Amino acid sequence: MRVEDHPILGKLEKRSIVEIEVDGEVIQAIAGEPIAAALLAAGKGIFRYTRKLHEPRGVFCAIGRCTDCMMVVDGVPNVRTCVTPVKAGMKIQTQHGLGEFKESS
Amino acid sequence: MTLEKDGVLSPEELAELPGMPSKERLEQGAVAVIECAQEIPCNPCEKACPSGAIRVGEPITNLPTLIEDKCTGCGLCIPLCPGLAIFVVDMTYSDQEATVQLPYEFLPLPKRGETVKALDREGRVVCPARVVKVLNPKGFDHTAVITIAVPKDQAMNVRNIAVDRR
Amino acid sequence: MRETELAIVGAGPAGLSAAIEAASAGVQVTLIDENQKPGGQLFKQIHKFFGSKEHYAAVRGFDIGAKLLDEVKRCGVEVMLDSVVWGIFSDHTLGIIHDQKNIRLKADKILLATGAMENALAFPGWTLPGVMGAGAIQTLINIHRVLPGKRVIMIGSGNVGLIVSYQLLQAGAQVVAVLEAAPKIGGYGVHASKLRRCGVPILTSTTIKEARGKGKVEKAIAIKLDQDWREIPGTEREYDVDVICLAVGLTPLSELAWMAGCRFEYVPELGGHVPIHDSNMETTVPGIYVAGDLSGIEEASTAMEEGKLAGIAIAEALGYLSPEEAKNRKEAVSRRLDSFRTGPFGEAVKKAKERLQRQGEAK
Repeated sequence: MRVEDHPILGKLEKRSIVEIEVDGEVIQAIAGEPIAAALLAAGKGIFRYTRKLHEPRGVFCAIGRCTDCMMVVDGVPNVRTCVTPVKAGMKIQTQHGLGEFKESS
Repeated sequence: MTLEKDGVLSPEELAELPGMPSKERLEQGAVAVIECAQEIPCNPCEKACPSGAIRVGEPITNLPTLIEDKCTGCGLCIPLCPGLAIFVVDMTYSDQEATVQLPYEFLPLPKRGETVKALDREGRVVCPARVVKVLNPKGFDHTAVITIAVPKDQAMNVRNIAVDRR
Repeated sequence: MRETELAIVGAGPAGLSAAIEAASAGVQVTLIDENQKPGGQLFKQIHKFFGSKEHYAAVRGFDIGAKLLDEVKRCGVEVMLDSVVWGIFSDHTLGIIHDQKNIRLKADKILLATGAMENALAFPGWTLPGVMGAGAIQTLINIHRVLPGKRVIMIGSGNVGLIVSYQLLQAGAQVVAVLEAAPKIGGYGVHASKLRRCGVPILTSTTIKEARGKGKVEKAIAIKLDQDWREIPGTEREYDVDVICLAVGLTPLSELAWMAGCRFEYVPELGGHVPIHDSNMETTVPGIYVAGDLSGIEEASTAMEEGKLAGIAIAEALGYLSPEEAKNRKEAVSRRLDSFRTGPFGEAVKKAKERLQRQGEAK
């Protein structure tokens, strides 16, 4: 959930909202924020499943070092969602295993 | 109960602090109570006091000493302590009550006249308290100073409040 | 191939301070950071800093960060953001990925100020979504204004664990407990007291045994430890939580220093393997300097001073400062560093740094 008001940081400024698609569902995100932040704000915690044991993974380090948060973004797998900003119309999918690289047509 | 093991100063540890005013001084009126017990490099309280009532000196790890005769209980030191460890107690507020001024960095801020819960150093509710003043000017950089009225015997016990989240 | 006089890797407090110091003396500085914005961990620090006026005491971390950024801009430093330094070579070139292109930057002097990474703590269930590092929580709540959960248990009572717990309360979450494996609280007493008077329990000689939940954290099982740090069976306690926050220490991010051939020393008080450096912050590889958490885990305040030290030393080495002027400036910084490293919390670091520096001088 969003921290709308904060004793030190003040009220969340009005920023522009963009819409992104996550596993087919449209969610709202704040322009420029990392994909992972938008997903967590929307209550989504599982970002991918591991290759061998299909275990769920989410956010761990949030600064682009651990690769826990990788998802398929606009067809490209292994995107670190905690350091990748959202763009209007982005299509994000829960990644299974190592993902697949599709040749661009 | 010790600061090192529990995060709470014991009565013995409190009594030893150079920032603690004497019983006599407390009974004379508003005075600062500096609950700073560890030698960490820090001295904004010394510079904050307009009356020269707080001394740290060199090295800056010295515990602050309260010069109680100089202290007017103005409370300017409260928002400037990075550790939020300074309070102002006025035992002479009324026959039954004392006031405690404490730093507060949470939302919602209480309103003057509101009744809040008064908490001790372990976060236990000890009594209800009436909010006498809420100071949150720009110069305090988001550390509000709340003045509450409590029974006199709780004045050296109460160090936080709980506000009803509406 | 691009060229510069001083390349600084990492635009946190150490890198920014070094850039300002060197650029003010006339050095051509290129400051590189892999993030979208400079500032390192400074912008997440919403609490007031300790120290004295010259250490920016009573100023909030993010305000200090803004001041530094302003100064860097005014000094004419070239800032490359979204740029990952992936390699460092023996001819003093850096390999950088910038704007999806690989570029090479040759520098007369290089300062590595890459900071630190959080340690992980493995226990059954630690891979469940909802287990996060303290830095992750800080980034989410203070920068992105997102609460990853409502009921948090904090593992670790060093300053990071205590401060982040307090910040979680400010963001509107509940902290059910802070667990500390050691028999006493690791961080400053004042940070602990702030939490305790909000009703947050701090349990020493206690650690986390297990995280449970379906697809996400739902419960944390705590357990007490005896004086040999072994779990005491039967002392388990269950907490209903949706986030388990790990604040169990930091380790210097030293890949580039290793790559460059710097010699290291294992110093537990400084966070692990630390590059040996002298009082000029120069490593065992001439022309390569280190500052900030990379040179030993400490604080933002000391990172800024070390950055200045490196900046001054580099400006002197490049001929922009006379030995006299450099000596005076370095002495002022050393005095501030010394005054910050006194007291029971600073002594261990001070001694460790002195040992390290003696090795550095002897190279």
